[in-house]
Amino acid sequence: MIKNISNLGDAAIYCDFGSEVNEKTNLSVISYFNNISRLVQENKISGINNITPSYNKLIISFDLTTTNYLEIKDFIVNLEIKDEKKDNPKAIKIAVCCEDEFGLDFNRLTEKLKLTKKQILELYLNKQYFCYMTGFIAGMPFLGDLNEKIRCNRLETPRIKVPKGSVGITEQFTNIYTFESPGGWNIIGNTPLKIFDKLNLEEPVLIKPGDKVSFYQISKEEYIGWDE
Amino acid sequence: MNNIYFKILRPGINTTIQDIGRNHLYHVGITVSGAIDQRNYKIANRLVDNESDEAVIEFAYQGPLLKLKNGKINLTITGDILFKIIRQNLKVEDGICYKSYILEDEDQIDIISTKNTAYGYLSVNGGFKLHKEWNSYSTNTKANVGSNNGKKYSLGDKIFIKNDDLKISKEKKINYKQSLDNMIRVIKGTNFDYFSSEAQSNFFTKKFSVTNLVDRMGIRLNGPKLENIVSSNIKSEGLVRGVIQVPADGNPIVMLSDHGTIGGYPKIGTVISADLDRVGQLTPGTKIQFKEVSLEEAQNIFKAYTDDTNKYLNECN
Repeated sequence: MIKNISNLGDAAIYCDFGSEVNEKTNLSVISYFNNISRLVQENKISGINNITPSYNKLIISFDLTTTNYLEIKDFIVNLEIKDEKKDNPKAIKIAVCCEDEFGLDFNRLTEKLKLTKKQILELYLNKQYFCYMTGFIAGMPFLGDLNEKIRCNRLETPRIKVPKGSVGITEQFTNIYTFESPGGWNIIGNTPLKIFDKLNLEEPVLIKPGDKVSFYQISKEEYIGWDE
Repeated sequence: MNNIYFKILRPGINTTIQDIGRNHLYHVGITVSGAIDQRNYKIANRLVDNESDEAVIEFAYQGPLLKLKNGKINLTITGDILFKIIRQNLKVEDGICYKSYILEDEDQIDIISTKNTAYGYLSVNGGFKLHKEWNSYSTNTKANVGSNNGKKYSLGDKIFIKNDDLKISKEKKINYKQSLDNMIRVIKGTNFDYFSSEAQSNFFTKKFSVTNLVDRMGIRLNGPKLENIVSSNIKSEGLVRGVIQVPADGNPIVMLSDHGTIGGYPKIGTVISADLDRVGQLTPGTKIQFKEVSLEEAQNIFKAYTDDTNKYLNECN
């Protein structure tokens, strides 16, 4: 449930669901996101430009020429939303190649975590992750939570260019760089899968908030010959 | 019919197609894009009798050198821009902003530079032959979405023009002077209390200068280091245009139209909607100061700014 609502500037509303990052809080955010999105599509509310769900916040930007903070706040407060129970979350399997050419940070990780590459990968691959949110760059999923033994801080100096398809880990999270981008996550592999497809207008992103995601290893030969 | 187009003889630093922007996609990580200076974008369209949501060419600092092929068009340039029109007979005319021109076949338009601002706009009557992608023409170079495959223009590219049946409308001109006021009004941010009382006071009383790290994503500022007394990271959450984030180095960053959709730095403030056009136009080295306003004041200022924009748009008729 929303714990607090405030304004973010004059053209956005900031809904705070509490300080904890966990699936329950996030599912509540996603429920609000899904419900408000539906109402926007059905033209039950006008003036909303964007709705951004994240771990524990929901930010809604609006068109100040047609509405304002108090109107949108009133709309949110009066919504009756039951927390979404994802009985059958979509389960997605992502192929990842972790050979040295793609797993850029295993030297750093083996040193920091005091584990071998094989041990790190076993712990990483042996778990299903929850998608908290997508964003920063188009389609990038933020997944969690990693086994505590393989949690590691960001790189001290972020890379200027992380290759497209890179799979990264930091703290309790793992993500996929859907585009070449600057970034500071520890890179453990690369997926040949198309996570973001701008030509797919209905479902441009493969992984959505609430989905369950697991990874499996492929060889370099399989990576190179990958055909969707 | 004629396939009129601009041939790009020099692309300029960052020449893209922009419009009002692309909404309803923050949740998948696609930012809003759109013209950095929405007022100049709107005036550019109105001066050539276009609909208000038509696509225009946006350029930054050094603009493009364009040669018109296969026809005749009506165009205008808005902003604070130094440009020349090179006629087919090589006669050169000094360009005047906020004035519509007829460009003949083989004429060139040389957008030499912006003057005291960062961005300018070129519109042509009828617009360009482009397709909207997700409801917008805007080029988003981060996701490669929008016009020109989501890329900025390069040497030799062609930009096709829709109107092959030019109605020569009467020449239009308005007097508009870009505001260079360096007082930027801000509403306190959701993490304002993360900062020391000295930082809070400095934020609204000291000057900050615009660094060289400016682009369509944002503007990095330099000034008194804003000391964070809680945490220099927050749980990543949504961003909107105008949000001022402060990373661990204590220097604020203002989010512009191509900002990442989520971010994890504390938000000390948000620039009010009425000042976004002006913030986007700031150039490196400029000194600015932030002034706190309430939500209610911000809404009133926005109303006045919109009325003012409409006044200029009406003068275009």
